[in-house]
Amino acid sequence: MMYEEVTSGSRTRRTLTGAARVLMELRIDGPLVVGLSLIAAYGLVVLYSASGQSLATVLRTVARLVIGAIAMLLLARVNPNFLRRSTPWLYAGGCVLLLIVEAIGHVGLGAQRWLNLGLFRFQPSELMKLAVPMMCAWYMHERPLPPGWGALALLSVIILLPVGLVAAEPDLGTAALIACGGALVIVLAGLRVRVMVGLVLLGAVAAWFGWSFMHDYQRRRVLTFLNPQTDPLGAGYHIIQSQIAIGSGGVFGKGWMNGSQAQLEFLPERSTDFIFAVIGEEFGLLGLLLLLLLYVFVVGRAIYLATQTQETFARLLAGSLALTFFVYVFINAGMVTGLLPVVGVPLPLVSYGGSSVVTLLAGFGILMALYSRRKLIGS
Amino acid sequence: MPAVRIKDHWREQRLFDQRALVCAALMGLATVGLIARLFLLQVTRHDYYAELSQGNRVRTEPIPAARGLILDRSGEIVAGDQPAYQLELVPEEVPDVDKTLASLVQLGLIRSEDVNEIERTIDSSRTFDSVPIRLRMSDEDVARFAVRRFEFPGLDIKTRQTRFYPNGDLAVHALGYVGAISEQDLKHIDRAAYAGTSLIGKLGVESAFERELHGRNGFREVLVNAQGRSVERQGGTLVTNLRTKAPTAGDDLILTIDLKVQRVAEAALAGHRGAVVALDPNNGDVIALVSLPGFDPTLFGRGITAAEYNQLQGDIDRPLFNRALRGTYPPGSTVKPVIALAGLTYHVVDPEAHRFCAGSFHLPGSSFIYREYHNEHHGAVNLDDAIARSCDVYFYGLANEIGVDRISAFMAPFGFGALTGIDISGEKAGILPSRAWKEKMFSRPADRVWFPGETVSFGIGQGYLTVTPLELAHYASVVATRGRIWKPRLVAAYRDPGTGQLHRIAPVSGGEVGGVSGDDWQRVVHGMIGVTQRGTAAAIGAHAPYVFAGKTGTAQVFTVARNEKYNAAKINERLRDHSWFIAFAPADAPRIALAVLEENGGAGASAAAPIARKVLDAYLLDAEGKVKPTS
Repeated sequence: MMYEEVTSGSRTRRTLTGAARVLMELRIDGPLVVGLSLIAAYGLVVLYSASGQSLATVLRTVARLVIGAIAMLLLARVNPNFLRRSTPWLYAGGCVLLLIVEAIGHVGLGAQRWLNLGLFRFQPSELMKLAVPMMCAWYMHERPLPPGWGALALLSVIILLPVGLVAAEPDLGTAALIACGGALVIVLAGLRVRVMVGLVLLGAVAAWFGWSFMHDYQRRRVLTFLNPQTDPLGAGYHIIQSQIAIGSGGVFGKGWMNGSQAQLEFLPERSTDFIFAVIGEEFGLLGLLLLLLLYVFVVGRAIYLATQTQETFARLLAGSLALTFFVYVFINAGMVTGLLPVVGVPLPLVSYGGSSVVTLLAGFGILMALYSRRKLIGS
Repeated sequence: MPAVRIKDHWREQRLFDQRALVCAALMGLATVGLIARLFLLQVTRHDYYAELSQGNRVRTEPIPAARGLILDRSGEIVAGDQPAYQLELVPEEVPDVDKTLASLVQLGLIRSEDVNEIERTIDSSRTFDSVPIRLRMSDEDVARFAVRRFEFPGLDIKTRQTRFYPNGDLAVHALGYVGAISEQDLKHIDRAAYAGTSLIGKLGVESAFERELHGRNGFREVLVNAQGRSVERQGGTLVTNLRTKAPTAGDDLILTIDLKVQRVAEAALAGHRGAVVALDPNNGDVIALVSLPGFDPTLFGRGITAAEYNQLQGDIDRPLFNRALRGTYPPGSTVKPVIALAGLTYHVVDPEAHRFCAGSFHLPGSSFIYREYHNEHHGAVNLDDAIARSCDVYFYGLANEIGVDRISAFMAPFGFGALTGIDISGEKAGILPSRAWKEKMFSRPADRVWFPGETVSFGIGQGYLTVTPLELAHYASVVATRGRIWKPRLVAAYRDPGTGQLHRIAPVSGGEVGGVSGDDWQRVVHGMIGVTQRGTAAAIGAHAPYVFAGKTGTAQVFTVARNEKYNAAKINERLRDHSWFIAFAPADAPRIALAVLEENGGAGASAAAPIARKVLDAYLLDAEGKVKPTS
């Protein structure tokens, strides 16, 4: 791919400009930051329209992006070895926080997800998005790959404990994403294909079992996914309206702030989970392709960075973070376009609200930290 | 497999790269799948979703068409449209609905007994919809509210079109009125065509020509959000492609009625119950159609209250009853001309032969005595005299000689016992009796036989025979033209108010009365001219600048005992005889034929005939009292 030739590591090293030197000093990856910034900027433009021209919403998002960027810059400077050594503590702390949420958490949107820390509300489940893959990578770091049965069993426990707690909140979307982050570590660690097939079958059984423990609204979402037309004003409303929004946008879109579905509030959660549909309506197929291109660039770059790391912990964690980012995008786009059930997964860096922006950027900070220190080990 | 595996960094790196590559490939596949989905939605099914999105954002609001005007034959407005004021409330803009309603009660703008109903309506409406809480405000109400408007946020005075009748109750029984669309109406109208209107024509011309008057609704597309609230937006493609279609106003109707004559007729009959129907005998045009008492049709258009309606309904004079079209009365002596024509046509009578009138008649073999009205003695009378002086004895004998079935068959073409076919609905037919009719109408065998005595009464328009004023005017019109029959009509033409294009409605001929010789027509008409010159209505016909033919009639409501004298003063007003007069003028080339009924007016000559003369004068004479030339 073009960008890899133009911005490959070796070339960057050969042509050290002032800016590149600054980036080197900050231990951040230029192409990745450019990709993320473009997505965030695009997101702000869309958000202004999707929020009904609310400058306040845009400014709040800018504030979150700034916090996320700071987290990214700070984490990029952290020594990966320190990161690795502190992983068990982070994981354990996260689990404790989840238990606290379960016990005393505030009730928000019918589900307990928040810890009110006075200044801001904090979702421990967001922390676990990072802590679980870190813990899995930590565990595999010293062990030979691919993981054996014993390792798999322990990894399952590491993943399912927080996933179970988050799912009990209940926040099915985040639980699935956390599980996904951990599972990707295992896959990247070389899990045998036979075992994967077996686990998928096991998953099917678990899904059937899980159905009996689901909340009504969760079941409805699954059912509506299977046939959205059955209840157009009920649970299927989201999907139908988002498909109308995207479909009516056509190739070129209706124009910025001219999407009738979004502007006239037919599209629910237009600035949060369904903002993808706003892009589709106002900027058309071309606008969505541009967004997907940016995402693919960022994920591709992140995977490339992961392959350049030399430690097991770094590789597995970086690879998992990169792929999880794509999974976010795919699940959100899939649910908005009617390919997947409606689970509350925001479109990364574009959807308004939540602490996911900070988590995502923090994840990229870790990824850059892992990458930037590779030569110390290699040399 | 070794018991303890050792980390092989090179192999693990290769394994990871391999896995990363596979994941990237899967990612690419997923992206391609996503793009395929987007292509399906945004390219393949774009039109479908574009239409759904259009349907979402646009609400079509009807713009009611202006109802056509109704004009008289000279273009004077009989019915028009006028804005009416109503108080409307937008629930979400009112801070405290209860308090607001209480203040409105205090101001006298709404009644305290209506408050519950209003609150129910508000509760069942969307919070941003404007709810009418008080209809038909007077100018005074509007002013009272206007000065204190600042106290009532969320309340506003709105106007809507309502029907306006500038002449009040003038010609109301011909015009009809518009009123609220009822459940009954909803069954046979296209609801879409009536969206945005609450009124529909009821009775009369307003109802019969509803299709022409109503027009076609226009519409306006309004941008709405998901809650259905209309959204104001400046610029952008959201508003530029909203469509609007102007309504097409209903056609204006041009009546055959001459309001000048109508006014004269109503004024002449004012204070009495009765009817006047005046026709142009040459084409059936209704010149005037009066039924008194009437009512103000505006009441219904602006929303009649239960009290007002009950008052109209309970009035002993029955103002809602259309006497001209639906009131059936015995015609009395006004039938004598047609009986005479029957006698002549069947060659039963020699017009020059005299019969002796000693004030009473009895059938051979019967002791029952048929008396002359007011016990008059006409002496020797021929046909001409018998009509002019309205000799009952002459016609008792004549009717008996012709026989009931022949009389009945002869009278039918003149419109007796049948609807005239006037172009508005609600008309009722009188009864033209015959042996067959009586056999069909009665169930007891004894009642089903036609008695000879009944034929005798028939000869002077008493007994089973009944007519409506319209039927009688129609009959006068047929005699006037010596047998030409036209269906009466109230609407001569309709006009597209946009283009000004006039569509004339051709008069509808009902054929001719056949078999009557010209001489016989002339003999009867001569007798009728005699009525106004030397007969029963000589006083009325005196000094008329035109020659006119007429016939008085007095219909008994109450049979006076044999030995008693009819004393109008002594008899209860409502048991007094009905007074009839039919006429046409000028007698040789008639331009107007009419029937006048005054309920309980007494003798035809004294009550109905003077009214008829005034109507004839109004139609035929100019301001200087000279006969107008035919136009």
